Amino acid sequence: MMVQAIAFYVFAGVTIASAAMVIGSRNPVHSVLFLILAFFNSAGLFVLMGAEFLAMTLVIVYVGAVAVLFLFVVMMLDINFVKLRQGFLQYLPIGGLIGLVLIVELLMVVSGWVVSPAGLKTAAINSQAIDGVSNTLALGRLIYTEYVYLFQASGLILLIAMLGAIVLTLRQREGVKRQRITDQLDRKPEDSVEIIDVKTGSGV
Amino acid sequence: MEITLGHYLGLGAVLFALGLFGIFINRKNVIIILMSIELMLLAVNINFVAFSTHLQNLVGQVFALFVLTVAAAEAAIGLAILVVYYRNRGSIAVEDINMMKG
Repeated sequence: MMVQAIAFYVFAGVTIASAAMVIGSRNPVHSVLFLILAFFNSAGLFVLMGAEFLAMTLVIVYVGAVAVLFLFVVMMLDINFVKLRQGFLQYLPIGGLIGLVLIVELLMVVSGWVVSPAGLKTAAINSQAIDGVSNTLALGRLIYTEYVYLFQASGLILLIAMLGAIVLTLRQREGVKRQRITDQLDRKPEDSVEIIDVKTGSGV
Repeated sequence: MEITLGHYLGLGAVLFALGLFGIFINRKNVIIILMSIELMLLAVNINFVAFSTHLQNLVGQVFALFVLTVAAAEAAIGLAILVVYYRNRGSIAVEDINMMKG
């Protein structure tokens, strides 16, 4: 129990610290790297809670795909990020005020939260989790049976996102020489080679 | 020293507030705003999983999986729009975006 508490505080502390660095860092590349750190630590928290499958998915999807995408875009765009930071202090008071109000509200709601034993019993009846079955297996049983349509719909969302990203960023640039294989295969010797009878002693 | 549901909910609340704060203070930089949105979605996911494990009900984790999917799609499309916008205008300043008409 003690180990669990220490692990929770370490993971939670690093997550919050790196989230603060994400929004406060001067260099966007550092922001992306701190975002990766935050996601790694939340994956640790998920493991601590017993949701191993989601923890691994978080690492694969966020660290493997989304964060690298951010990194690519940050490095691809040639932007003066110092200029974009102007007005940082201008919005600090209002942003801080709203953030503070929100956090106080949320913490007041959270601290007053009590789950009634009856509610806990109802939730446990509805659950399909079976003891002695790993998290991944239990989740798979749920996804592929009861939520199969939603699962397919999320696949469609990903497909449309992929198509949208390709359609948006694909462009035909002028003046770029590309290999055209059909043209190459269509070439005949008559089109490309000319035999000239040159007289001795004179040029072409 | 037992870690309860409240601890995880508090962490989610702090992360969500940090994400909102990040949107406010980085109002000119769209990339940081997108990262802040990712942080807020992460906070929501933490809440879902905390409730799911506390109530012994796996449906919360299924929903967290769908949130993850939508977050990935949103990041991909958002960054694609950002790249196209940068190609057309040469900047990613948020205040210029309202000049796009048609």
